[in-house]
Amino acid sequence: MLTIREYVRAKSLEEAYALAQKRNNVVLGGMGWLNLQKRNVGTAIDLCDLGLDAIEETETDYRVGAMVSLRAFEQHQGLQTLSQGAIAESLKGIVGVQFRNSATVGGSVYARFGFSDVTTILMALEAKVELYKAGVLTMEEFAALPRTQRDILVRIIIPKVRRSICYLSQRNTKTDIPVLTCAVVHREGETFAVVGACPRPAAIYPDGGVLAEGITEETARAFGGKVAAEAVFGSNSRSGADYRRKVAAVLVRRAALALKEQEG
Amino acid sequence: MEIKLTLNGKAVTAHIEADTLLLDFVRARGCLSVKRGCETENCGLCTVLLDGKPILSCATLAARAAGHHVQTLEGLQEEAADFVGFIADQGAEQCGFCNPGFVMNTIALLRENPDPTDDEIRAYLAGNLCRCSGYEGQLRGIRAYLDSKKEG
Ligand SMILES: Cc1cc2nc3c(=O)[nH]c(=O)nc-3n(C[C@H](O)[C@H](O)[C@H](O)COP(=O)(O)OP(=O)(O)OC[C@H]3O[C@@H](n4cnc5c(N)ncnc54)[C@H](O)[C@@H]3O)c2cc1C
Ligand code: FES
Ligand code: FES
Repeated sequence: MLTIREYVRAKSLEEAYALAQKRNNVVLGGMGWLNLQKRNVGTAIDLCDLGLDAIEETETDYRVGAMVSLRAFEQHQGLQTLSQGAIAESLKGIVGVQFRNSATVGGSVYARFGFSDVTTILMALEAKVELYKAGVLTMEEFAALPRTQRDILVRIIIPKVRRSICYLSQRNTKTDIPVLTCAVVHREGETFAVVGACPRPAAIYPDGGVLAEGITEETARAFGGKVAAEAVFGSNSRSGADYRRKVAAVLVRRAALALKEQEG
Repeated sequence: MEIKLTLNGKAVTAHIEADTLLLDFVRARGCLSVKRGCETENCGLCTVLLDGKPILSCATLAARAAGHHVQTLEGLQEEAADFVGFIADQGAEQCGFCNPGFVMNTIALLRENPDPTDDEIRAYLAGNLCRCSGYEGQLRGIRAYLDSKKEG
């Protein structure tokens, strides 16, 4: 159970940042994950009054505020078009609509879950993370930051780049945490896969030339095999490492073939 | 701390602890349709509407609801009455425990999408677990209601 001594709605990012430096204080996203923790919190820092619940569009990118709910993220028309429905596909298995109305994009990224559908799709979209103090980082740079570095995630920046993308995941039941997440992306002549929930965090795997002749049954199979051989898989209560490796090969192959179909 | 919010249309001012959950807050004010089914954010039994959107009150601080509108089934009887009979007619309820959360989320679904397909209904209600597994009956009930509306 989470016990909280004090609740503060921060009036500025500076105030939130200053409060967050104390070890027993905590920043609230949607509270989806926090609420399940056994923890005594000094001050709960709510960012809900800082206007971070908007998705803004510029010439070059979409800027998704940290407090945007997963539901608003999946329903945003511009992002749906940019991702060809892949954002909604990636989030549809996360518990249910009520949960996704509260859980935030910022909390999902900041928590750096290994199993995250959110991280996988954002890596596929080559998103960047904007932190209040550390500035703008790639998803990989953010993942590598020490967890002792306490910052405020302000927004996620998604570049408006033309790409084809297909997202797939494997789950034991429809709304359970995924056994494996996978996105295959084709952009400017390059194809890469993002595979997550291994159960380690998601990572990017370039095609390394196996798709140079185009996507066919054989080359897609080879790409799946290559990713499955390169990725490091582990076991947990949801699945064993061997099963994950087999699923990875299948999902990458299927996603690559689906891309071909999409592109016509 | 003191908070002010609107609960089922009525202004409420209350003193709460910083960690009071919205679930306990509304139940303490007589809204007993809102239930603690799992406490792991999986069952949907604690669904309330916050500014019209369905959320899980077991994972929401009452403090965060300050300044907002909260609705529970107690305040939505009329809207629910429209379709719950159709669900009962299908024998979808066995123990009935999941019903308030299910009805709340169905209200939200029909407001957002008045003419959903079966797949859209399933997807929207995926976060409402029924331990008696009445899912097919619930779906048939909603479908019967929607068909009856079309027939006028
Ligand atoms: C039952 C359950 C099932 C789930 N299933 C899935 C699934 O299938 N797939 C999936 O991808 N995810 C899943 N998740 C994770 C979920 O999607 C969210 O990622 C998770 O709830 C965290 O988001 P939140 O907004 O609730 O953050 P919180 O729980 O509020 O916060 C998470 C962490 O981030 C910190 N934080 C939050 N916002 C900020 C910020 N702006 N700046 C700095 N720090 C911040 C908090 O202090 C905390 O440490 C599941 C979660 C639960 C509880
Ligand atoms: S009690 Fe809230 S989801 Fe089960
Ligand atoms: S009818 Fe018993 S839990 Fe749904």
